[in-house]
Amino acid sequence: MTTNAQAPLLSRLFGRRHSRTSPLALLVRNRLAAAGLVVLCLVVFIALITPWLPLPDPNATQPSDRLIPPFTTGHWLGTDQLGRDILSRLLWGTRVSLVVGIAATLVAALIGSTIGIVAGYFGKRVDSTLMRGIDMMMAFPYILLALAIVAVLGPGLLNALYAIAIVNIPFFARNVRGVTVTLRNREFVDAALLSGKNHFLILVTEILPNVLPVIVITMSTTVGWMILETAGLSFLGLGAQPPQADLGSMLGEGRRLISTAPFVSTVPGVMIFILVMSINLLGDGIRDALDPRLKAGALRRPAARTRTSVEARQASQYEQRGVLDVRALRTEFHLDNQVHRAVNGPTFSIEAGECLGIIGESGSGKSVTAMSLLGLVASPPGMIMGGQVNYRDTNLLGISDNDLRRYRGGELAYIFQDPLSTLHPLFTVGDQLVEAMRSHYAISYTDAWKKAVTLLEEVRIPNAANRAHSYPHQLSGGMRQRVSIAMALANEPKLIIADEPTTALDVTVQAQILALLNRLRDDKGASLMFITHDFGVVRQVCHRVAVMYAGEIVEIGPVEEILAQPAHPYTRRLISCVPDVERKTGKLEEIPGLPPQVNNLPEGCKFADRCDMVADQCRQAPIELKTMNERHQARCIFAKEVV
Amino acid sequence: MATPLWRYVGKRLLLLIPVLFGLSLIVFFIMALIPGDPAQAILGSYATPENVARLNAQLGLDKSLPQQYLTWLGNIFQGDFGRSYNQNREVISIIAERFGATLILAGTALVLCSIFGLLAGIISASRQYGLVDKAITLIVLIGISMPAFWLGLLMIMLFAVEWRLLPASGMFSIYGGGDLPDLIRHLILPAGTLAFIATGVIARLTRASMLEVLRQDFIRTARAKGVNERRVIYRHAFKAALVSIVPVIGIQAGFVLGGAVYIETVFQWPGMGSMLVNAISTRDLLLVQGGVLVIAAAYVLINLAADVVQFILDPRVTA
Repeated sequence: MTTNAQAPLLSRLFGRRHSRTSPLALLVRNRLAAAGLVVLCLVVFIALITPWLPLPDPNATQPSDRLIPPFTTGHWLGTDQLGRDILSRLLWGTRVSLVVGIAATLVAALIGSTIGIVAGYFGKRVDSTLMRGIDMMMAFPYILLALAIVAVLGPGLLNALYAIAIVNIPFFARNVRGVTVTLRNREFVDAALLSGKNHFLILVTEILPNVLPVIVITMSTTVGWMILETAGLSFLGLGAQPPQADLGSMLGEGRRLISTAPFVSTVPGVMIFILVMSINLLGDGIRDALDPRLKAGALRRPAARTRTSVEARQASQYEQRGVLDVRALRTEFHLDNQVHRAVNGPTFSIEAGECLGIIGESGSGKSVTAMSLLGLVASPPGMIMGGQVNYRDTNLLGISDNDLRRYRGGELAYIFQDPLSTLHPLFTVGDQLVEAMRSHYAISYTDAWKKAVTLLEEVRIPNAANRAHSYPHQLSGGMRQRVSIAMALANEPKLIIADEPTTALDVTVQAQILALLNRLRDDKGASLMFITHDFGVVRQVCHRVAVMYAGEIVEIGPVEEILAQPAHPYTRRLISCVPDVERKTGKLEEIPGLPPQVNNLPEGCKFADRCDMVADQCRQAPIELKTMNERHQARCIFAKEVV
Repeated sequence: MATPLWRYVGKRLLLLIPVLFGLSLIVFFIMALIPGDPAQAILGSYATPENVARLNAQLGLDKSLPQQYLTWLGNIFQGDFGRSYNQNREVISIIAERFGATLILAGTALVLCSIFGLLAGIISASRQYGLVDKAITLIVLIGISMPAFWLGLLMIMLFAVEWRLLPASGMFSIYGGGDLPDLIRHLILPAGTLAFIATGVIARLTRASMLEVLRQDFIRTARAKGVNERRVIYRHAFKAALVSIVPVIGIQAGFVLGGAVYIETVFQWPGMGSMLVNAISTRDLLLVQGGVLVIAAAYVLINLAADVVQFILDPRVTA
């Protein structure tokens, strides 16, 4: 997006950057926008050639031929109350409406953008003075200000044009100012200033090309209104004055004949509608094509549950190991015709009362694995392609939406990272706890509220009865995390999935939360799946740990054993990332390089590129999990058995 | 709970003063832009120079612009908007007579377009790219592209002329009308037309902000809690989306008040809009001035109400 914003308009319209589809291609692919473009071109073309068409004089009256109905030879669209040919008047009127609408747009764009650029670039007093004035203009209902201006200047087409242009200035000024303000603080403007360019030159050569897309978007979204509003003023008799006609004044004149000759007003009405509709369709298309957010399809809404392939839904049941038994889970993201394989077949199980740690760098697929269990991966673009998630002899991937809903927050609870964005900002925390209970069993609001307060006390929130009335933004990070833990505990879950619940917190709070989770697991006998990127945390709370890399488990086994004898080079690297007070000499190491792109995974060992032990056979074929002992496996050909 | 709310309302009312001040300034200076001599314009081209000078003095037009403005503002504070040249009546009494009709029309339309816009937007968003979504998108697009005045004419053609179901114009029947059912019968067509045109923007915005909100983390949390999907959409997502929609409904009020100008003209509704159009064509400038000022002030107040609603909805907004 940053690179796109700086690219000049033309290359943004036509260029193919980052292998993404060019906006122009998008525009053409958007069928509605393309239809709008075709219709608009047709109308403009006919309007352009009107003077050379064999049409009667639009203003020639012929009292004997009054109100001839449409589809009569000689007068295809009939004649009006003065016997003038409607087709001829329509085409000439369309010309006038188009010219006035486009001229008003250009005037508004020119003045508005100038105000916006100047205000945004110079800032401070200039900005506040100019924008205060713009705000004042926007304090008037849109068309009312135009009426006041026409009232002063007097009725007439040119005055209507001025009025409409003036009332549209604020839209341009505001949009352009917004972009200019962000551009003003960019390095390239400072660089230009240092190189001795003066303000005017910078505005024209550096700022203007970058705000041009915004001007184009604003023009494409306002030109339709402007045509509509000038037609409106003419309709009211304040725009085009007879004998000159635009579409609006034709409609206004035909108004008196709606019961006797409805076609006189219908014809220009249809024309305005077609014109404005085609402009709006095209404008929407232009906006979508130039707005990078819409390009990636990011605005698609995630469904209530991750889409799951038929294969995964109908998988035959294995014999259940432990409480939760996950086998060969595969989750992918389908974006821009590319497949990102985020989760590549991890297999693991969790016993009752056990804590399994899932550890890996960001992007290793640990959160996506966890969210896949409850179908919480955003979909589109996410899709569970295969594998099984067996919870107490039920394959969660195969059950109905409503059955899954009962498990979510019931027996299976999820604690998310960053509780500021994961708690609803507009409901009190007490209310959100109450809802968690009432979604699963019948309990009165007051009883649930009492229980919510108890839960908050249980997670050691001081003054819980009052705190229940707080909104998330009124609590500290640690308190919010406690709230989300309390929410997960609301229905006495059998398995809690905690997704980096301490990452956003400072060390003392982190220790408190970990102690809390440990105690709750002990007291309630629940299982815990703990996702983190920190081996120090794993050591404090987990019994076993699974190390994930590029969507695969590369090592899994008891925590103490893995810490003592890590079998996989990646695990060793992760362990040496932890500051160790006892080891004293230990200096913090970071792992060189980056994890592989999940849309382009290597054939062999996925860690090969960053591994200091890499050999030729590492890259040749997928590496299988190697058994160290009954409970400990690693995905490395150099891994030695541990006895 | 009540205290912060009232503190907020009080603060916003104070902030209103400079806004209204600015509005009056703009209206005054637009009127001051009238080319030529206003007294001459009033009295016509046959007026004697003495009469013109006398009227100028009478109107205070011989003083400096800032002085004129202050006098004018002082008068307005006392409810004196001047006299209508054409109707030879106090502007304020004409406005008082007309204002209620516009309020009924625009208010009904605003309520209707909010209800339909929100509903259409929610349904559209929860069935994104489905058949219903496409149908709603199309209707919304038609609404946005349709000239209000032409749609009004079509309505009259169909419902009043062709099918004779509803009255074509006016606010009450001339004979035997005047009660509420009569008003409602007269209101259906103009308010419906105005609402249809204004629904589009709200529906579009609702759809967009619902889609935006549905991608947020707290929606995922609601689903992880086991909240059913209907509740996720209508409670969690809608409330969050409403926070960004309410200000736009305030802005739509301006669109509806403006659109009322056309609708009142088409349906001969005896409100401020048709009054303004007549006043402009007869160059009755003081009436235009008063009308514009009153509608603009009403618009500002509606937006204030929208802000207050947003304050109530969103605990993060501080007074």
